[in-house]
Amino acid sequence: MIHKHDLIIVGAGLAGLRAAVETSGSADVAVLSKLFPTRSHSGAAQGGIAAALGNEEHDTVEWHIFDSVKGSDYLGDQDAISMMCEEAPDAIYELEHFGVPFSRTNEGKIAQRQFGGHTKEVIDENGNSKRMPVLRACYSADRTGHVLLHTLYEQCIKRNVRFYSEYFILSLIMDEGVCKGVTAFNLRDGQIHTFHAKAVMFGTGGYGRAYRVTSNAYANSGDGVAVAFRAGIPLEDMEFVQFHPTGLYPLGILVTEGARGEGGFLKNKDGERFMKNYAPTVMELAPRDMVTRSIQTEINEGRGIDGRDFVNLDLTHLGEAKLKERLPEITGFAKTYAGIDPVKQPIPILPTAHYSMGGIPTDLYGNVLADEKGAIVKGFFAAGECACIFVHGANRLGNNSLLDAVVHGRRTGKTIVKYLRDAELLPLPKDVEKKDKAMFKKLYATTSGENADKIRVRLKEEMTNKCGVFRNEKDLLSMLDTVHELKEKFKNIHMMHKGIVFNTELMEIIELSNLLEFSDAIVTGALERKECRGAHWRIDHPKRDDVNWLKHTIAFKTDKGIELKYKPVTILNYQPQERKY
Amino acid sequence: MKVTLSILRFDPEKDEKPYRKDYEIDVDPSFRILDCLDKVKWDIDGGLAYRRSCSHGICGSDAMMINGKNMLACQVLVHDFKNKYIKIDPIPSLPIIKDLIVDMESFFAKYDVVKPYLIAKSQPPAKERYQSIEDRAVIDEAVNCILCGACSASCPSLWTNDSYLGPAAMLKAYRFVFDSRDDAANERLDVVDSPDGLWRCHTIFNCVEVCPKEINITWHLSQLKKKCAMREF
Repeated sequence: MIHKHDLIIVGAGLAGLRAAVETSGSADVAVLSKLFPTRSHSGAAQGGIAAALGNEEHDTVEWHIFDSVKGSDYLGDQDAISMMCEEAPDAIYELEHFGVPFSRTNEGKIAQRQFGGHTKEVIDENGNSKRMPVLRACYSADRTGHVLLHTLYEQCIKRNVRFYSEYFILSLIMDEGVCKGVTAFNLRDGQIHTFHAKAVMFGTGGYGRAYRVTSNAYANSGDGVAVAFRAGIPLEDMEFVQFHPTGLYPLGILVTEGARGEGGFLKNKDGERFMKNYAPTVMELAPRDMVTRSIQTEINEGRGIDGRDFVNLDLTHLGEAKLKERLPEITGFAKTYAGIDPVKQPIPILPTAHYSMGGIPTDLYGNVLADEKGAIVKGFFAAGECACIFVHGANRLGNNSLLDAVVHGRRTGKTIVKYLRDAELLPLPKDVEKKDKAMFKKLYATTSGENADKIRVRLKEEMTNKCGVFRNEKDLLSMLDTVHELKEKFKNIHMMHKGIVFNTELMEIIELSNLLEFSDAIVTGALERKECRGAHWRIDHPKRDDVNWLKHTIAFKTDKGIELKYKPVTILNYQPQERKY
Repeated sequence: MKVTLSILRFDPEKDEKPYRKDYEIDVDPSFRILDCLDKVKWDIDGGLAYRRSCSHGICGSDAMMINGKNMLACQVLVHDFKNKYIKIDPIPSLPIIKDLIVDMESFFAKYDVVKPYLIAKSQPPAKERYQSIEDRAVIDEAVNCILCGACSASCPSLWTNDSYLGPAAMLKAYRFVFDSRDDAANERLDVVDSPDGLWRCHTIFNCVEVCPKEINITWHLSQLKKKCAMREF
């Protein structure tokens, strides 16, 4: 079946919905999602969204820019970071006007809290400048992503945006370098559908499901990233995967950085606030990569609680009233999943795979890039976690992800509106569903073969152990072998269920193929990058190497495997410095 | 630990009507019911169909009836159950598509009816609209709704009249009627102050009992009733 629209947006998280709001007034827009839109994982974001509003204390956009550059370990493109931070206040006010129920200050303004790596300049008693935590995170208790996602969905309802819920992306239709639509499989009728459009935008989210311990949803299997890669689009900086410091032990469910922003302590088995040994000025509010390594080091050196693989996040000194007002959601999680009451007991936490800094390369306006030189792919746009624009560099600051999704969803929407003014619905190439149909036919014909779960479990386990917080050449080489071995096994996969309606096993098998597709790019990039920068930490190359590695990785899928190229980082006001907090 | 899941199965391509099937599996007591379903799906029957995503109670995908009560499969653990024979059914009153997946179309159609978006008649200021901490507190519970459908599917008034708007949609109406920034309370009250609206809520409290976000939905509906009763035309 063929559907025609001006614009197809794939993914109904913050980036996709914000772009839908922007474009729906002037174009025929349809949003595809493998879930119902409000199930998107943007809704799981807790702590806040960054903008230098200065509602609680003096703050400046320039400080936000500096923090994001420094947080990125100088790999962030400074033009992109500047634009994001400059547009942030306006984007937040607009969200408030849409109805987002932010928490409020005594005056009735949007409330703001502290977050890791967000700082202000303070002159101490000796006249020296130092940087201390600043109140910059706009929040709604610890449900910020939830209220943003629901509000943007409400705005889409108001604008009669057409949704195709529970449609799962299969392929990007590329014809002579131009994007003409996508194919997707409707879970409900089990059929492949073609979406023919003048423009396609991906807001398909991240890929944390390649790891065993993760804060990510089942849905975060990097589908858009893998589909683009298969269609010949390169991927940028895939080796930079953020591990959030505080995942609830043992599953890795997110415990917001807001818990530390509100004053929570990290403690090892001796009850010591160990962050004083790693980031003495900002302590628990250092950027995520540093806190994560600190926790992992404590665990690796035997200072986890009872010598086990977790440390404690202690909120007991904050008091019941504050936890109830500011951190109700994580208080509930701790009770449900760990059986502990954070009012009285510390929360057991460990680092958890959380965010994908890399992804589909775009320019500042959301145009997808075809190569390291900056050629634009006509008709294809991307924003949010699946994209790499490149504002997060080697390590994203907390609160900048929701901001990235909203600001770039909006800006990409504006780009698309302009693009559509002159764009035509170009004829589709022949047999656009051919590859997908062949894959379905093969899967439906299987009678025996490899078990998908076994492949998935092994990939996730080994990615966590060998391509995780600390990396080295030996492990990465071994991981690359594993990925290639699992890709071979996947060719012989067995689909047990042959039903048509809601064949979620079929969906999971395709998700697994996506995990394998981009994991190859993560590991290949990580193996090649012989330095420590942000979230990519090579214990066999223990220093940042600005001479050789101050550059972005661009991975291409070729017949001979993955080929890596590089492109320079855009540096404006801030020259790389040693990163201390 | 051995657990038996007794799951209501229905495959529209094969079955005339739903039937119950038991699966004995070996699990860790800290497993979520969702993990147990995964185990059945991955080890025994790939065809088992259910919705899920975030796996920690915020996306609202996996509402189902577990031992007779609507809840999120990701929010309840094996060790929460004394008896390890656990019955799992789709949430009731909505058409079953396959196994634990129900057709939520009517649920979301009712949501759309209450004008579920902020309607502010004045031009927005250059910065944010102000809202006091007290005014924000009035909608604090209502904005936590994750649209899982557990409440509406537990409501006897809805079971007997499927055109009744139900608790979730009316909680959404509350969320905007009582938002100090909104100017369209009357438009929304017109929708809920109707034969298929508020007055079909007989304060049975099933919705409150099952809400995974612990929202006191009946209280919110009573506030809407009060507002309707005191309306001047």
